[in-house]
Amino acid sequence: MSTATPQRSIRNTVEERALAVLRPVVIVALLIAALLPFYYMVLLSFRPLDSLLRDPGRLWLSFSEIEFSTYRDVLAPVDGGGQGFFTFIQNSLLVALGTVVLCLLVAVPGAYAVSRLEFFGRRKISALFLAVYFFPSILLAVPLFVFYTRIGLRGSLIGLLLVYVAQVAAVSIYMLRNYFDTIPQSLEEAAAIDGCSRLQVMRRISLPLAMPAIVSNALFIFMIAWNEFLFALLFLVERRDNWTVSLGLSQLAGSIEVPTTTLMAGSVILTLPIIVLFFLSERWLTGGLTAGAEKG
Amino acid sequence: MSGGGRGAPVLERPTEERSRGRRRRSSSTRARQDARTGLALISPTFVIVLVMVVLPILWTISLAFQNVRLLNLRTTGIIGDYSLDNLRAVLGSDGFVNALVTTLVYAVGGTAAAIGIGLVAALALRRPFRGRGLVRAALLLPYVAPVVAAAFVWSTALNPQYGIVNEWGTGLLGWDDPIAFLSSRSDDLSLFGLDLPMPTALLTVIAFEAWRSFPFAFLFLTARLEAIPDTYEEAAGIDGATPTQRFRYIILPQLVPTIAVLSVLRFIWTFNNFDDIYLLTGGGAGTEVVSVRVFNYLTARGDIGAAAAQALVLAAILAVLVGTYLRFFGRSEESA
Repeated sequence: MSTATPQRSIRNTVEERALAVLRPVVIVALLIAALLPFYYMVLLSFRPLDSLLRDPGRLWLSFSEIEFSTYRDVLAPVDGGGQGFFTFIQNSLLVALGTVVLCLLVAVPGAYAVSRLEFFGRRKISALFLAVYFFPSILLAVPLFVFYTRIGLRGSLIGLLLVYVAQVAAVSIYMLRNYFDTIPQSLEEAAAIDGCSRLQVMRRISLPLAMPAIVSNALFIFMIAWNEFLFALLFLVERRDNWTVSLGLSQLAGSIEVPTTTLMAGSVILTLPIIVLFFLSERWLTGGLTAGAEKG
Repeated sequence: MSGGGRGAPVLERPTEERSRGRRRRSSSTRARQDARTGLALISPTFVIVLVMVVLPILWTISLAFQNVRLLNLRTTGIIGDYSLDNLRAVLGSDGFVNALVTTLVYAVGGTAAAIGIGLVAALALRRPFRGRGLVRAALLLPYVAPVVAAAFVWSTALNPQYGIVNEWGTGLLGWDDPIAFLSSRSDDLSLFGLDLPMPTALLTVIAFEAWRSFPFAFLFLTARLEAIPDTYEEAAGIDGATPTQRFRYIILPQLVPTIAVLSVLRFIWTFNNFDDIYLLTGGGAGTEVVSVRVFNYLTARGDIGAAAAQALVLAAILAVLVGTYLRFFGRSEESA
């Protein structure tokens, strides 16, 4: 034993020294990996196309060559010589905000019911809602595509919005329910003793208390709807005036006529709102994302 | 969602039942009212999910057994000619089996890489330092950024003509030729004089998947790491355990249940993934996964029956895989 202890402590020192060097190296490497693509995106959106083609490896901008025309080009309407992203932004906003409002309207009462009220089939319904989350969306894409083609809803933003609500409401209920479960029942019981009806209790006690969860949920829904691609592609591809930003970018990325730098400006426009929202709400969101996982 | 989490509601239920029983005795009208209110509150969501999710899935099953094309869509109804033709054609075709193998490789590779990187990140950021909150937030960006923008940046950066990766690779790292990361099915990698064939495009999409979803694993593992009391490690340190030993025998066992849950979640999502591969390669160069194949059958070929059949097989295989996993590992996880 007496020989083992110093050996172990040598190994200990070696490992600790190695880790002290390795740790910052790993952190910097991870940061570069995570952020460099975004830096590259912003950089290219301000670089003139010919400068990119001449010198593709450069990672900085010289002051003289900063180009803002890419943003003008990508936002301007098609008949004004641009790519019409301004319209896409409006469509994306409409769909995303519509999804948020509709989804919260149905999910908040639903989550309250699943958390608080004993009714027939309560547990089966929550299991069903959770299962929805794990279904391959391509499996859902087939019948919805056929159904929408048949009733003529394909190409409309309303149709897309309904699909989003159906997909997100279930998850939303799951997340909100977890939060409602953490609110002590005694508050509601006190209000009930004071003569409040169930709906009054819900509106006056539970809703205000659940506000942080509802806000973070709203941001979560907004991000999902803003980023969504498959259903937008499936339903809207033939209707350019109804394209969302995601769809517009992906469709134009395939064509040779639109310069890469212009589309990089489009990427920045698509990404920026999400990153701003994320940093505004980071604390809430990360709490929300792990809320389901770290109960035990 | 972890083993302990699943246990928690079971513990709560008896007391809940008891209090409900007490309430029923004192005021059964309130319980009945609650039941009615509950149903009323849940029904809007239930109806939407029923109409937009459950019924369509049932309809997919029906479509999978009919000969439906986009062209004859208007004439097909619930009562059609049912046959096993679609399933037989799908299961017998090389293309589908290949796509299934690609999907599996993609899902396993993407899941393992994402969790591996996430674990390294969580461990590296475990000890507090100035600006750690900001670093954490920055590492989450790949996960929240829109997939279309991320894929576009990656495909531009990997472009053989004007992409930065190939420019630096040929200029600084001494590559002989630019690598067509997204359109080359296979390249030989020379390693110690050996030429190993590498599935370039498939590895690239797996790398993209790892880049995009490691933050998810990082987030979960960080939360779990923070819940481990420092005292265990301190005690082991006093007993002479080195950092790697402390990780192996103290930290890792605590993380296993979380890693198990993460593996299931990430596997399911990667297995079903459509966006990433469609946007990066369009399913070319040996990266055609089942989701992309279903999409092509649905839109380009308009063969709805075959598309439905393949989507169904995909879902069935996923269900079997996850079911088997839970059966074998779910229980040991519960006891862990």
